[in-house]
Amino acid sequence: MSPIDLHAALPEIILTAALLLVLTIDLFLPDERKKWNSLIAMLGVMGSLVALGTLVGERKTTFAGMFVIDGYALLFKFLFLTVAAIVILISIDYLDDNTRNAQGEFYFLLLSSFLGMLLMASARDLVMLFVALELVSAPGFLVAGFRKRDARSNEAAIKFFLFGVLSTAIMLFGMSLIYGVTRATNLTEIANALQNTPDDPLVVASILLIVAGFGFKVSAVPFHFWAPDTYEGSPIPVAAFLSVASKAAGFAGLLSLMFVGFVHQTGSWAPGFAIMAVLTMTIGNVVAMQQSNIVRLLAYSSIAQAGYILLPFAVVDGAGPVVLREAFAAALTYILIYSFMNIGAFAVVIAVARKQPSNLISDYDGLAQREPGLAAAMLFFLLSLAGIPPLAGFWAKFFVFSAAIDADSAWIAAVMVVNSVIGLYYYLSVGSRMYLRPASDSSPLGVSYPVAVAIALALIVVVAVGIFPDFFNHFSPRSTLVAG
Amino acid sequence: METFDTWSLSLVVFLPLVGALLITVVPKAQEAAVRAVALVASGGSLVVSIVVLARFDFDNTRTFQFIVDKSWIETIGARYHMAIDGISLPLLVLTTLLVFLCVVYSTKIMPEPHRPKGFFALILLLATGMSGTFTSLDLVLFFVFWELVLVPMYFLIAIWGSERKEYSALKFFLYTLFGSVFMLLGFLAMYFRSRHPVTGAHTFDMIALQGQTFGSKAFVNLVFAGLFLGFAIKVPMWPFHTWLPDAHGDAPTVGSVLLAGILLKMGTYGFIRIALPLLPDAARDWAPYIGALSVVAILYGALCCLAQKDIKRLIAFSSVGHMGFIMLGISTLTDTGLNAAIFGMVAHGVITGMLFFLAGSIYERFHTRQIDQIGPGMMQVMPYLGGILAFSAIASLGLPGLAGFWGEVLSLLAAFNPAEGLNVGLFRTYMVLGGVGTILTAGYMLWLVQRLNLGKASEKHVGEKLPDVRPVELAAWTPLLIAIFALGVYPRAVLEITNSAVTGLTGLFG
Repeated sequence: MSPIDLHAALPEIILTAALLLVLTIDLFLPDERKKWNSLIAMLGVMGSLVALGTLVGERKTTFAGMFVIDGYALLFKFLFLTVAAIVILISIDYLDDNTRNAQGEFYFLLLSSFLGMLLMASARDLVMLFVALELVSAPGFLVAGFRKRDARSNEAAIKFFLFGVLSTAIMLFGMSLIYGVTRATNLTEIANALQNTPDDPLVVASILLIVAGFGFKVSAVPFHFWAPDTYEGSPIPVAAFLSVASKAAGFAGLLSLMFVGFVHQTGSWAPGFAIMAVLTMTIGNVVAMQQSNIVRLLAYSSIAQAGYILLPFAVVDGAGPVVLREAFAAALTYILIYSFMNIGAFAVVIAVARKQPSNLISDYDGLAQREPGLAAAMLFFLLSLAGIPPLAGFWAKFFVFSAAIDADSAWIAAVMVVNSVIGLYYYLSVGSRMYLRPASDSSPLGVSYPVAVAIALALIVVVAVGIFPDFFNHFSPRSTLVAG
Repeated sequence: METFDTWSLSLVVFLPLVGALLITVVPKAQEAAVRAVALVASGGSLVVSIVVLARFDFDNTRTFQFIVDKSWIETIGARYHMAIDGISLPLLVLTTLLVFLCVVYSTKIMPEPHRPKGFFALILLLATGMSGTFTSLDLVLFFVFWELVLVPMYFLIAIWGSERKEYSALKFFLYTLFGSVFMLLGFLAMYFRSRHPVTGAHTFDMIALQGQTFGSKAFVNLVFAGLFLGFAIKVPMWPFHTWLPDAHGDAPTVGSVLLAGILLKMGTYGFIRIALPLLPDAARDWAPYIGALSVVAILYGALCCLAQKDIKRLIAFSSVGHMGFIMLGISTLTDTGLNAAIFGMVAHGVITGMLFFLAGSIYERFHTRQIDQIGPGMMQVMPYLGGILAFSAIASLGLPGLAGFWGEVLSLLAAFNPAEGLNVGLFRTYMVLGGVGTILTAGYMLWLVQRLNLGKASEKHVGEKLPDVRPVELAAWTPLLIAIFALGVYPRAVLEITNSAVTGLTGLFG
């Protein structure tokens, strides 16, 4: 057995050190200085980013092939750490205002979850995928219930927990069946073992079970029921974290499973994904139209967006390597762009919630008069989510459309077109309130500095990628796991 | 000058955008500075476009000039490729002119709730989208500019509009988006079946895409359907026109002017620039149906006009009819028809733009758009305004000697003799029905003038001492009035530019 390469795992090691440090130092911090925990957490993320920088261009395999560093892993790790930094930025003041004495635990749990995501990006093995997924989810259950005295927060955590545990159990069952059939846990070995039995019913059933587990993670219909209630009840930074980072982690695992492990079974799973994608985007969009709470609206919108990300999975039925690569790249690009526009929108919600904690859509009336910059940023995020050029969200959709057309699946692209129009309706109805309605309270909100930085970061990405989509699109071909 | 030739189009397109960005950083209180920036940006864009016009090589209107072709999105081979030829040049100049006049008009006349900063920034953003659409030679670039107009126009209607403004704005946005995304699917379908003649890769280049065989007849017709949906909703052709009366009716004055004057032309331009040359066989299959819808639009638009009580909705429905003539010209697939279409676009831009300016000024004075409350007897109250209205209305109905005439008559003439392979009898029927449409058009326009201008003014209006045409209105309108007259007596000014470019295109249809 080859020696363990610690350099490959350096980002994870630094993050682990940071989260332990947070837990220890927190004990010695008086209540009014609990805010400092965020600084340690941020430094940990930055250190991890630097360590990640030293790995660029490397290809490493260690821990007996369970842990891999390649373009794909690096790309997702960069995404997760950037998102972690933004989540910390938007949490600082929110936590200090709401749950002052429990900040240490919060950052500890948050970093643990991100540690799980970093592992997820490198996992090419069923056991590793499972461990990573659990590490992402378990701290999530706890932070969802972080507003201890709020019944809705308790409900959020319990719902999330029960759904989470159930779907994990189902997934684990599926994984054990796959192991039984192939006697392998490594994804490449699984693919090789399954090459000659593309539609063995047992394999198809196990894939279904595993997809169900990940479907919960990415809140795909019909595994989405937890999402709106959990998002609404959780502290808003947690909702942002769940809808962006945790979802992206789910997709990171799903992409490597489907496009590496089960790549010979596309004929079996692609039609299933087609149904799931269509249902997810349609139900997400239609229900989003009826929301009066902004967090619930964003929750359903993120369900709909998950539907768009699932669409490329649906077009690869028996496809050749070119289409396979395009579909993979389209899903990947969408996840990257979605992460920034969605977290930007949540950052604005946090800024507004500081004075109007009810999170009603009507709180946004006249925002343009109160905070012109904040309203403009929100409008950009919403239009980007709706897919209006020249913002990043347009290109996300563009590449999905393009994969669908190249795979001759025009019908599913047409479904997505109709959904985009529905989506525009509710994104725009929030966007226009900020400009058309008079504000009930015209005093400025006072956006805190860290939140402003987070919003600016996300906005720069959304606009810059909108004008030069190659910024992101360049990554996907290099990071592809798909052969060729 | 070589640098100028390369970057002049970018200047025309992006000067307004720079102006819009500048305006957003000017403090709200400095309204004079906001107006100055808007005037300089739109005026600069107009000046550059006139220099382009002066430097344009009129002996080679068929070849693209002022080409800029830079790498943009390498992974999909989309390029920053812009240029103009005889087809796009008139529309580009029309765009910069109308935008500048709208800015001039708005420096003094600003609809409620005022807020000039946002108003001018949105108009300038709109300008970038419109002129970008007419200059792009790359399908992706074209699409980005095409969509860029939606957001500013939405907010112009929703904030500064009247009556059911939010409903109308949303309807406009959703309708056009629906069509244009199908258009995008059509673009992608062509892209994946294309080969660039030089690089061998897939391409979005409009020139390289010409003459490619994309697949079976059924496939090509399906692609054409996607494009058709996008363009037809924008034009709008009957039966996709239902967003138009609402949007036009409720938009603020300059919003209606730009909507009617330029935005609608993006649809017809799309047919001429993209759908016809890239998919000529499908275009021939679709032509009879497009012709039929056009004739329905002409007659339906005219009949609706006869029933309108609201002056802005009446002009809006008249646009449906006039755009019908333009589409009829296009559907013949002949030189005459396409020349007529481009001429008609320019003429409709100046005439209907002028009519919407008038409707806005009338509304501002009378605070109503109901024809029976404004008239009768406007001639007595405001003789100059009434006179200009009569002039523009008569131009709109197509009186020989004014701009509206040539587009319509050439279009009907083209229908007499459509391109080879099209059913002559069918198109001649269209011609006859279109002719009936011109009579109806004359009917409702004259009736409008009669109801507004003639008769004895009510005591109330006489007592109000309403101001007649003001200097700023005169400044904004004079260029349009001159254009209406000049294009009427000297149509060759436009036709000479378009003709050679158009014959290059119709060569595809034999």
